[in-house]
Amino acid sequence: MTMLKEGRPTAPAHVNKEHPDPATATGNRALMLEEPLIFEIGSTETTGVDFTPVDKPASRLGGLERKRSIGLPGLSEQETVRHYTRLSRQNYAIDLGLFPLGSCTMKHNPRLNEKVARMPGFADIHPLAPVATVQGALAVIHELAEWLKTLTGMAAVAMSPKAGAHGELCGLLAIRAALEARGDARSVILVPESAHGTNPATAAFCGYKVEDIPATPDGRVDLAALKARLGPDVAAVMITNPNTCGLFERDMKAISDAVHAAGALVYCDGANFNAIVGRVRPGDLGVDAMHINLHKTFSTPHGGGGPGSGPVVLSEALAPYAPLPFVEKLADGSFALVEEETAGEHHAGSFGRMVAFHGQMGMFTRALTYILSHGADGLRQVSGDAVLNANYILRSLDSVLDAPFGGSGPCMHEALFSDKGLAEGFTTLDIAKGLIDEGFHPMTMYFPLVVHGAMLIEPTETESKAALDQFIMALRSLAERAKAGDEALKGAPYHAPRRRLDETLAARKPVLVWIEEALAEAAE
Amino acid sequence: MRYLPLTDIDRSAMLDVVGASSIDDLFVDVPAEARLSAKIAGLPDHASELAVERHMGKLARQNLSAGDAPFFLGAGAYRHHVPASVDHLIQRGEFLTAYTPYQPEIAQGTLQVLFEFQTQVARLFGCDVANASMYDGSTACWEAIGMARRITKRGKALLSNGLHPHYVSVARTMAKFTGDDLVYRTPECDGESDGVELLREIDRDTSCVVVQYPDILGRISDLSSIAEKAHEAGALLIVVVTEPVALGALKSPGEMGADIVVGEGQSIGVGLQFGGPYLGLFACKSKYVRQMPGRLCGETVDAAGQRGFVLTLSTREQHIRREKATSNICTNSGLCALAFSIHMTLLGEAGLRELAEINHARACEAADILSAVPGVRLLNESFFNEFTLVLSKDAREVARTLAERGILGGVSLGRLMPDAPELANGLIVAVTEMTTSEDIRALADALKEVLA
Repeated sequence: MTMLKEGRPTAPAHVNKEHPDPATATGNRALMLEEPLIFEIGSTETTGVDFTPVDKPASRLGGLERKRSIGLPGLSEQETVRHYTRLSRQNYAIDLGLFPLGSCTMKHNPRLNEKVARMPGFADIHPLAPVATVQGALAVIHELAEWLKTLTGMAAVAMSPKAGAHGELCGLLAIRAALEARGDARSVILVPESAHGTNPATAAFCGYKVEDIPATPDGRVDLAALKARLGPDVAAVMITNPNTCGLFERDMKAISDAVHAAGALVYCDGANFNAIVGRVRPGDLGVDAMHINLHKTFSTPHGGGGPGSGPVVLSEALAPYAPLPFVEKLADGSFALVEEETAGEHHAGSFGRMVAFHGQMGMFTRALTYILSHGADGLRQVSGDAVLNANYILRSLDSVLDAPFGGSGPCMHEALFSDKGLAEGFTTLDIAKGLIDEGFHPMTMYFPLVVHGAMLIEPTETESKAALDQFIMALRSLAERAKAGDEALKGAPYHAPRRRLDETLAARKPVLVWIEEALAEAAE
Repeated sequence: MRYLPLTDIDRSAMLDVVGASSIDDLFVDVPAEARLSAKIAGLPDHASELAVERHMGKLARQNLSAGDAPFFLGAGAYRHHVPASVDHLIQRGEFLTAYTPYQPEIAQGTLQVLFEFQTQVARLFGCDVANASMYDGSTACWEAIGMARRITKRGKALLSNGLHPHYVSVARTMAKFTGDDLVYRTPECDGESDGVELLREIDRDTSCVVVQYPDILGRISDLSSIAEKAHEAGALLIVVVTEPVALGALKSPGEMGADIVVGEGQSIGVGLQFGGPYLGLFACKSKYVRQMPGRLCGETVDAAGQRGFVLTLSTREQHIRREKATSNICTNSGLCALAFSIHMTLLGEAGLRELAEINHARACEAADILSAVPGVRLLNESFFNEFTLVLSKDAREVARTLAERGILGGVSLGRLMPDAPELANGLIVAVTEMTTSEDIRALADALKEVLA
């Protein structure tokens, strides 16, 4: 053994082939640290915050003082930082690598956006501050609104919806308000089978009956079948374009014309706007309403499940029904906030308010920062590179994975594969979990529903060729293993913080909050 | 372009693989008349980080930020001190740039946080279970009304006149389309809540009674008798909490018999941000869990028997149930839930109670000093950190005049409820641990002059 004279070995001398991964006493694995729940390590007496003491006056709480303990554990600041830092390391994230979740547009989140959103003039202003004191905030909303209208070629934009699904709700409420204003109650909304689940859920929420639009074998809306179904009972069609098979709806203009001729309106799910920003304006295709996920196309961070932001662009036909509040630029260059106090008769058509306050201001500042960073030339490059990256993946893998619409022309910003051709008993899930071991976040799986074992891959424009090549190599290897029937793949992931989790158990015996062991045992 | 890694050499090599001659060729499926051949005219080109920061900084400086003025605004959004470690931790890329934990093996960080968050919210509200968050308090409130309709199969909701007027507006917007019958009267400017009227109106058609606690005017009422009467009639009590810090001092809604408790979590960890993103809190009795909207995180085990967490009961949700889902919500307020949970962990029960005591003490001091100003009357008999002053003048005008003097003195009832001229002189004043005695003195002095 190579050793210094003090006895310190300087080269590895021993490889334990029988126990390559011996157990540890703590359960930790070096940098991968197990972390208990705050309820297991904190106490209700511990705090990580110091206060300046004040004199306590006689309580004026109406005799409703809290007597019982709440049961909220506290940690010191050091323990808090460590708890959440350790937990963070059990997450995959865009900052770590390729996150090709189809339909979610997981692109790089520029840090300038974070810096700008934290400027006190944006972060530390109250939504009900007098309008004269928040002119800069209203200017941000107005400037972003103008960009969104120009990029989409639409007449108006409702900025307040809190996320994509909330934007869908806004669009459908505007459509319903417009139809009711002309005394034309209609009851049906047509939605393609390949749509995001939020589309039918939103339509049903607005009181509509949902019917499927059939698709052609090449993965697009069947125009003839759609035309045949249109009639006086159809209020709107909801179409995702580019659609969730990653294809542009070539007949979009003809679809819109037919829908309008039948007295109905066109809602476009704008989740996939990243594919066409700067190249196609939905307004030119006859769209009446479309939400824009600022957290997808315009790079605001996904935050582990939000916050999102879902402004909705509206056509001339729907603009009068836009929700309160909204920002108006006055002749003198200042900005007014149109809300209940100021709406008056001028905006009597508004269908009302969808949220307290003005929407996701913190996302507006980030999105505007992103848009200004790219400019008109950069945004056009964004969609171009996003589509190029997806086609590069499609054509690099269609020899090993089944691409059901590979013959339907170039894909847009996402590439779709199916589980056809995998060995008996091997599934899309196995490939997805295998990708985890290869150091990637899996693609969207089992969506869209129209393809068996769907794998929907959206690389986005912020991936380098080197990153794509490594991903392609990994996926090719996994596809070959799944086709060859490599049983080991069914156990993946092996190297993640957890192995496959039992979702059936979680749903059958839901444990949704932490309960002290003694109490839990007593209850059983 | 600093965010785009492909070089022209890369692009050309990739186009060769794809079999296209240019990027434009990949858009062949877009009808020619809709395809733009060049960048959109009339918009600026890309800009440097420095140039963008300058532009945005200029806009930011056109706002009067709360830290630069004596500040008393509340009415559903509160200014509290957020410890430095909260913002540091939520900016860790593994939290900030992850998404909804669809792949639990590599999302245990987010999932464990959600499980802890759900437990914190459930305990704070005195409920059995809580979900992983909604968009904000106002949308959580109408989701709760919809949930009560599904549970009771009745459509009449009684909204207390102490409910935030924006929340009422949101519920009204939705009711136009869902067909719910909402009963609501504009509040009167006095110290009494409408508990007696609500008790009288509960009947066998009532799905729910919706009461804010403390209410929009800052008043605090015992809700036990409403809960009892509602339950006798087969209806639910929904309690709305817009200031969760109050529950460090007050009995929880669950203790008073609430079936569903919703709230705005912005006060803890999130900040003002001109109204969003905020954090919808949603909790209920466990027997109603399958009617809840939104994501739920649950405990389970992995293939090796280790404890882990997953999203669960998804058969309620849109991506599985589509048009039969309990809600259309998908993306919620994950990062705000994280901020709330970190701040709550730093506080702990002892810290939350102390924070609540300080807020109440500051508010008592402010109420005494401000109500001694000629032309000012304190409406509340009870309050936590927010109360309503009845002024001798239209409070909208007063608030604007105070702002001209650099004081953000309160939210006028006239702005929130322009249809109720009898409320025009009401000013809602919020006081937190951020408010100093000098701030209170400055507001009192200014009010004295403005009202003279």
